[in-house]
Amino acid sequence: MVNGEVTFDEPWQGRVFGMAHELARAGVFAWDDFRAELIARIAAWEAAHPDGHDYPYYDCFLEALERSLIVADVVDVKGLAERVAALARRPHDHDHHHDHRHDHD
Amino acid sequence: MSDDSPQKIRTEAIESLLKERGLIDEEAIDEVIAMYNERVGPMNGARVVARAWTDPDFKRALLADGTEAVAPYEFEGGQMEKLVVVENSPGLHNVVVCTLCSCYPWAMLGLPPRWYKDPAYRSRIVREPRKVLKEFGVHLDDGTEVRVWDSSAEVRYLVLPERPAGSTGLDETALAALVTRDAMIGVARL
Repeated sequence: MVNGEVTFDEPWQGRVFGMAHELARAGVFAWDDFRAELIARIAAWEAAHPDGHDYPYYDCFLEALERSLIVADVVDVKGLAERVAALARRPHDHDHHHDHRHDHD
Repeated sequence: MSDDSPQKIRTEAIESLLKERGLIDEEAIDEVIAMYNERVGPMNGARVVARAWTDPDFKRALLADGTEAVAPYEFEGGQMEKLVVVENSPGLHNVVVCTLCSCYPWAMLGLPPRWYKDPAYRSRIVREPRKVLKEFGVHLDDGTEVRVWDSSAEVRYLVLPERPAGSTGLDETALAALVTRDAMIGVARL
């Protein structure tokens, strides 16, 4: 709230931002390369949505993070898809079974 | 089946894969989030602006090389590799945008507000700056030049607003309290 508005609307947005921040800092990818992916995702969204309404900035950010990790050969498309599918199969109340991260989910 | 949003699931999937590869530390991510939620924001930029108003040598240094001038503050947060400070004056108004994405001097201002990232602001402020500024409440006369600075590549811009009339005698702390985020982006005057 230091900015006068909520920084992240949903917790996942903070986590994708935090991951990109830390991965760039650690040199897993360069921020400029991430930025180029982000620009490409934003341009693609804008081309498909000329009215510009409901701009999903952090969706673009998430896609840019995925792309950057794939390009950097850190994750592969198939492995990511499998993990997504596995997590999507969890029961509704999975959050109640885990741990100190609960506040962030 | 989970009722989580696809974005939340994708984020968790990435985080879990990165953790398994030893590339990410969950607590480091928590720390980044806390930093931008709680500690990094426009109060940092405001301190710098207030000092520039009261210390002519600092102001000269700030306008000459923003990154170097603010380095002694050791502000947390990034995107400060090349900070360029542009000064408003009678007859000249500066405003900042990132036309392609959302570049912004995080360490000085925190993360950008929603409207700064919005396609409408990013395209319109370049095309019709006077009209957009008017919508923000900044009415410029015809004799005032407007400069729009696009944060492309590595450069991040910060506007040094004009010191408000009637602020004579205030110390740096009191002056900093007058400085707003929007004035340092250039969509407000003080």
